[in-house]
Amino acid sequence: MTDMQLSRRRSPLGDVTRHFLRNKLAVAGLIIVALLVFAAVFAPVLAPQDPAQQHLEDKRTPPGPEYPLGADEFGRDILSRVIYGSRVALFVAVTAVAIALVLGVTMGLLAGFVGGWLDTLLMRVTDIMLAFPYLLLAIAIVAALGTGLQNTTLAVGIWATPAFARLARSQVIGLKNREYVTAAQALGARPRRVVLRHVLPNSIPPIIVFASLYMANAILLEAALSFLGLGIQPPQPSWGLMVSSGRDFLRIAPHIATIPGVAIMLAVLGFNLMGDGLRDALDPTLRGRV
Amino acid sequence: MSQYVVNRLLVIIPVLLGVVFVVMLTLDLIPGDPVALMLGENARPEEVAALRDKLGLDDPLLVRYVRYLGDVARVTWAARSSPTGRSSTKSPTSSPRRCSWRWPPWRWPSSWASPPGFFSAMHPGGISDAMMRLFSLIGLSMPVFWLGLVLIYIFAYYLRLLPVGGTGSWKHLILPAVTLALPSMAIVSRMTRSTMLETRREDYVRTAQAKGLAGRTVINRHILRNALIPIVTVIGLQFGQLLGGAVLTETVFAWPGLGRLTVAAIFARDYILLQGCVLVFALSFVLINTAVDISYGYIDPRTRG
Repeated sequence: MTDMQLSRRRSPLGDVTRHFLRNKLAVAGLIIVALLVFAAVFAPVLAPQDPAQQHLEDKRTPPGPEYPLGADEFGRDILSRVIYGSRVALFVAVTAVAIALVLGVTMGLLAGFVGGWLDTLLMRVTDIMLAFPYLLLAIAIVAALGTGLQNTTLAVGIWATPAFARLARSQVIGLKNREYVTAAQALGARPRRVVLRHVLPNSIPPIIVFASLYMANAILLEAALSFLGLGIQPPQPSWGLMVSSGRDFLRIAPHIATIPGVAIMLAVLGFNLMGDGLRDALDPTLRGRV
Repeated sequence: MSQYVVNRLLVIIPVLLGVVFVVMLTLDLIPGDPVALMLGENARPEEVAALRDKLGLDDPLLVRYVRYLGDVARVTWAARSSPTGRSSTKSPTSSPRRCSWRWPPWRWPSSWASPPGFFSAMHPGGISDAMMRLFSLIGLSMPVFWLGLVLIYIFAYYLRLLPVGGTGSWKHLILPAVTLALPSMAIVSRMTRSTMLETRREDYVRTAQAKGLAGRTVINRHILRNALIPIVTVIGLQFGQLLGGAVLTETVFAWPGLGRLTVAAIFARDYILLQGCVLVFALSFVLINTAVDISYGYIDPRTRG
């Protein structure tokens, strides 16, 4: 009975879910992301070996029965390191996007709603941050703060902040003059209530899409920083770091550098597919289009 | 039009001033004394103090900012990095001469990407369209440095067709160029596809078709021209991405350019050189974006107002 009512009512959330699930690529992305989270959470159970355990007699063993994905230059099991690496990748991506979300959306809401000099100031700040090409701002921050897990996460988060600020601001400006916002103001709601209860909830869908796509970018950026030696430091298993250390053995043992790269690509692809699917599902104007 | 160009050029001045300020501030935030780092562990305190004084590091922030601006204007920041000559002996690449502007000729291929997106948009929903979308997403998700290593393995080690890295002949350019261009191609073709699809549905396109214009005329005059603005934006932004990607590509292919110099400066703790490198990157990025803005004026007369 209740089920029938629900399906007849077609709640907006149900609509979005249905459109998302109908999109095969989006579902594929969701599955990849789910597997990634699963691997990160249950890494100690899933990993066949200790990721730090060295077997120098087995170094650079190609994939085989004992080492499903081979052994690296110290004889460490690559499969276990890839599984543990998902923890690093996810931790950096989730935390960095959370930082960017909180900082950026606050900046954007303030700039868009208050306007005036505050808007100009905040937008000039984002202009300046966006004036640094991809990777360069993060490199500069890491150079200032130092390397390591915490600082890498912070650098990736700061790097993503201006984009979220811009997005939130454009959302607020679009919503600010809607009738329901004017109505709330006319009823005497305070600015804080107007922003938090009326403007923010309505600007969430595009921000969710953005967050999903930026998870992909954050994983790529962490991998790139670690590859350059400016991110996660050994012996922590970071995928970018693993590619970097396998680079010296590319000719004789190509599996060391290439396999962690496949992990990066799959993780990033998963978040990209999911973000694309969310965007199509959340934007009613795109529905029904190819 | 010339008024528009002048306006666009004037707007970049505050951004440039801000960029210089941020770059300078980053150096300020670095823990530890850059001078002590430059002179090494065995430096005597009075040596450190003398060099600090010579570089003017004890002056107030604003004073240093204005002086730094003057230095940048005279392009002397590299010279400042080695007043004792020790800094440049530390890192083999940090001589001012090497900080020259290298612009490898591999940066244009991102414009190759529009045609696939274009064809994909002309036949949406087909197999070729689905393949194109999937391939461009995969291209978008590949780490640049990993792609470079895979290409090196295939073409340099396995097929022995191309050199592993370094500079010299045109053969040295092929792998870095393809590595750097593929992700951009993916982004540009995705963008081309979605804007073309959107533009195809505009009323004026239907009008043009209804009045009996040839299909090719509709595409060239009505769809393509209107779809061009977002495409040009993305290509412009891609130049910025390529600047950043150059750091990775140059590392993978041992190409002596600004990107590798930047990383070398960090490892050598030569922060003044790093400052200069980051500044050159940021300034060129701002200039590229301005060029993109100006091109809007030519493509779409409405943006000139």
